Amino acid sequence: MPWDRNQMAARAAQELQDGWYVNLGIGIPTLVANYIPEGVEVTLQSENGMLGIGPFPFEGEEDPDLINAGKQTITELPRTAYFDSSESFAMIRGGKIAMAILGAMEVAENGDLANWMIPGKLVKGMGGAMDLVAGVRRVVVVMDHTNKAGEFKVLKACTLPLTGKGVVNRIITNLGVLDVVEGGLKIVELADGVTEEDMRASTEATIVA
Amino acid sequence: MKKVYGSAAEALDGLLRDGILIAAGGFAWSGIPELLIDAIHKAGTKDLTIASNNCGVDGFGLGILLDSKQIRKMMSSYVGENAEFMRQYLSGELELEFNPQGTLAERMRAGGAGIPGFYTRTGVGTVIAEGKEHKDFDGETYILERGIFADLPIVKGWKADESGNVIFRKTARNFNVPAAKCGRVCVCEVEEIVPTGSLDPDAIHLPGIYVHRLIQGTHEKRIEQRTTRKKETV
Repeated sequence: MPWDRNQMAARAAQELQDGWYVNLGIGIPTLVANYIPEGVEVTLQSENGMLGIGPFPFEGEEDPDLINAGKQTITELPRTAYFDSSESFAMIRGGKIAMAILGAMEVAENGDLANWMIPGKLVKGMGGAMDLVAGVRRVVVVMDHTNKAGEFKVLKACTLPLTGKGVVNRIITNLGVLDVVEGGLKIVELADGVTEEDMRASTEATIVA
Repeated sequence: MKKVYGSAAEALDGLLRDGILIAAGGFAWSGIPELLIDAIHKAGTKDLTIASNNCGVDGFGLGILLDSKQIRKMMSSYVGENAEFMRQYLSGELELEFNPQGTLAERMRAGGAGIPGFYTRTGVGTVIAEGKEHKDFDGETYILERGIFADLPIVKGWKADESGNVIFRKTARNFNVPAAKCGRVCVCEVEEIVPTGSLDPDAIHLPGIYVHRLIQGTHEKRIEQRTTRKKETV
């Protein structure tokens, strides 16, 4: 059985190491926070100016001055620190954030990432995604392996406008885990019951041995 | 020199002209200079260029100035949830310059710090890099981004003293600090103005040198996504 959203998030959480500062994108990446392994202390960064994101507030305790980058009400932790947006992106651009876990529309075998714009459709903007993929030390993409129409998302080359060029290190999908290596993608792990043939059939990108 | 003004309209007196560049603080609906935006709406100033991470929504935040067609151009990173924005943009009434969020923040910071341009890796190999100078440093390619120097920064703080020293609250600080610094005359609205000397000098987020005019007022402070958890029952 391919992994569901929560299993993908749980698998992505295994990427985290004790002491890391990490930025989680919107969607499945947000769920990663629910699966941080026991004994691993990870501090989550919110690019609107916060280190140490706490859980959602109790009903009635929401604070309009305390939101995450996805605009959801959140809480602070004892180790929380606040700062302004230029400071926030200084730590991102400066390589202080160990890892970003992000969603994607397309990923290519050379590590190119497209996740901000579909030409001809409504244009929302890239937000902090371009800064994150250019600045953090390691970029992990978590997404469904193919789109709703069953079309490839793991490609030889991206067709959509890029968020970053050659920025992705690892791809976690419902089918398994792939690393971006010299010459293409390498299978690191397959979801239970998924065969290498299944993975290859759902992947346009070159898979190297 | 007296920095405290009686109202947003008084604080903006003599600063508004058609066609000026305004830098606005705020992220999503958090830390928005609501009172100053409302006063600019009432003043009817037109052809504005506004550097702001977002552009509010229909009827709130900068969305108010969109609805009244006072904005000619936005410099933003994310304009997602605004239907009127999309309508004006797609019809060609409104110009839009997308900036990666960190690049926008740094453009403001740099402009305020007297730095006319800086090199960044952000956006290399994307549409953002088109037409910009590329330069290699130590084997990595960077692009040149320009500092922003605004005619008028408008920002929202939590508390200020009468000397213009400002403290922000939690994630409402966001773009308010770099926006405040990047212009000639900064107008700041806060929830409370206290006598000079009553704030801890070690706790000031924005020193009064950056704040020229100050008003106090009541803020609507909307919540965009009210996410909560249930209290666990024992």
